[in-house]
Amino acid sequence: MALSRKQRVVAKTVVWIAALTPAALLAWDFWRGNLSVNPIEDITNRTGWWTLTLLSVTLAITPVRRLTGRHDIVRFRRLIGLFAFFYGTLHLLTYIVLDRYFAFGTLLEDIAERPFITVGFATWLILLSLALTSTRGWIRRLGKKWRRLHRGVYVAAVLGTIHFYWGVKADTREPLWFMGIVAVLLLARLPAVRRMAGSVRARRRSAGERVSAGRRSEPLTP
Amino acid sequence: MLIRKHGTHDIRSSEITPESVFVNRRTFLERSTRIGLAAAFAPGVLAACDRSANTANAASSVPVPGEPSQDVDWSRMRSELGEELNSYEAVTTYNNFYEFGTGKEDPARNAHTLEPRPWSIAVEGEVAKPAVYDLEDFLSPVRLEDRVYRLRCVEAWSMVIPWRGFALADLIRRVEPTGNARFVEFTTLNDPEQMPGQRRNVLPWPYVEGLRMDEANHPLTMLVTGVYGRELPNQNGAPLRLIVPWKYGFKGVKSIVKIRFVRDMPATTWAIVAPDEYGFYANVNPEVDHPRWSQATERRIGEFRRRETLPFNGYGNQVASMYAGMDPRTLY
Repeated sequence: MALSRKQRVVAKTVVWIAALTPAALLAWDFWRGNLSVNPIEDITNRTGWWTLTLLSVTLAITPVRRLTGRHDIVRFRRLIGLFAFFYGTLHLLTYIVLDRYFAFGTLLEDIAERPFITVGFATWLILLSLALTSTRGWIRRLGKKWRRLHRGVYVAAVLGTIHFYWGVKADTREPLWFMGIVAVLLLARLPAVRRMAGSVRARRRSAGERVSAGRRSEPLTP
Repeated sequence: MLIRKHGTHDIRSSEITPESVFVNRRTFLERSTRIGLAAAFAPGVLAACDRSANTANAASSVPVPGEPSQDVDWSRMRSELGEELNSYEAVTTYNNFYEFGTGKEDPARNAHTLEPRPWSIAVEGEVAKPAVYDLEDFLSPVRLEDRVYRLRCVEAWSMVIPWRGFALADLIRRVEPTGNARFVEFTTLNDPEQMPGQRRNVLPWPYVEGLRMDEANHPLTMLVTGVYGRELPNQNGAPLRLIVPWKYGFKGVKSIVKIRFVRDMPATTWAIVAPDEYGFYANVNPEVDHPRWSQATERRIGEFRRRETLPFNGYGNQVASMYAGMDPRTLY
């Protein structure tokens, strides 16, 4: 059930468009004056929200792949992860340029003294290191170390949700949602959970074979 | 700071609306709610109906919704430091009023469910004359004035706003607190029907704020009924709110239903929720950071570069003496 070359191109285009739409909508809202009278706050919040959303989508790919058997979706993982880094970078730049206007003295103080900002900055540093080493060359050069390094995405997702949680004043609903989603996606990687998911898939496959046998279609390949 | 005073005879036409007019306003509001405009147009509708009392011709005198009153040239008005006013739009669309949602633009969208008339205010506790006032009776003896104040939010943004109201000290004199009254406690309406944000426990409802007696009696401390010469829009805390310009904005409790004079320091909402982040005094202080962010600078809404935050929000020469001898760390 691998995708054809043409299908792959179409699917990648769809991912690009979907991932850039939030940025385009934000630019549109800014241009049209649809943001609040404090647009810098809105831009900060929205880019941060999309960073966490795309990080969650990246983390969801492996469990979804195991659950559905659609192994080909893994080819979009790097792209979506890079888009998470893209929104994270917009988020950081909004803070540095629009909010603080390069006041590096107070920026360094913030990073050093305020856990909420320390954690956010650490998240971005992890995403930066993953983005830089996401090329084929670096995968080859780092070998086994690459896998270990890229487990850093789990740390980034956890730190990113903590950053969000510490950043809100009283309404913790959204940060808690993100924490819940990330927790589920990380738990799905535990061997015990994977075994359970494996048996679900096996049952579904045998059910699928019965159906396809009835229809006399081609047998499913694993 | 007293920019303009209104004679008592001015008040009757613009501020005290006869009952027949509220009734008109209700039906007008209900009608406009049905076509989904009430949230955005409520202030304008109010004005339209106030005017209809004079002209008896509501339909033809509907003004542009959500704009300042025309009797004052607001564009030339400045704070005592020469700062320009924030726009009526900024003041009425960017609000922290969790009773209508936690987003800044939620109150302007959701506050149409609040009914600021009829409204009653209970004055109780250590006073010679405890009473429950009808809003109209509560306001009839006062002289309303316009005052331009800076509003500094604890979240490090600020605005310059022309409030309309009167000194809280005037009320305190009227109700005659006893010698036991050392603090004043203010309570917001608690009614999830009118305030949908109260259906979730984001904060312990109702919202409670308080002042020490000398702070409450300070001539800068204001009970506010209007902004930009209009009655307060619901999202700004209609029909009556507190403004204490040298303190962070959360001290400015909105939609007040109870004013209680007490012996002991009241437990105030944010100090209950996060005692390590918000204190009772909450005086604006650039030296004392919020645990999660610096208070040294602020963004004036409408400006790009941040401003230095002023001690006591720029009112130090008038209020600092009240805190002489107190540990400044307790005053944040």
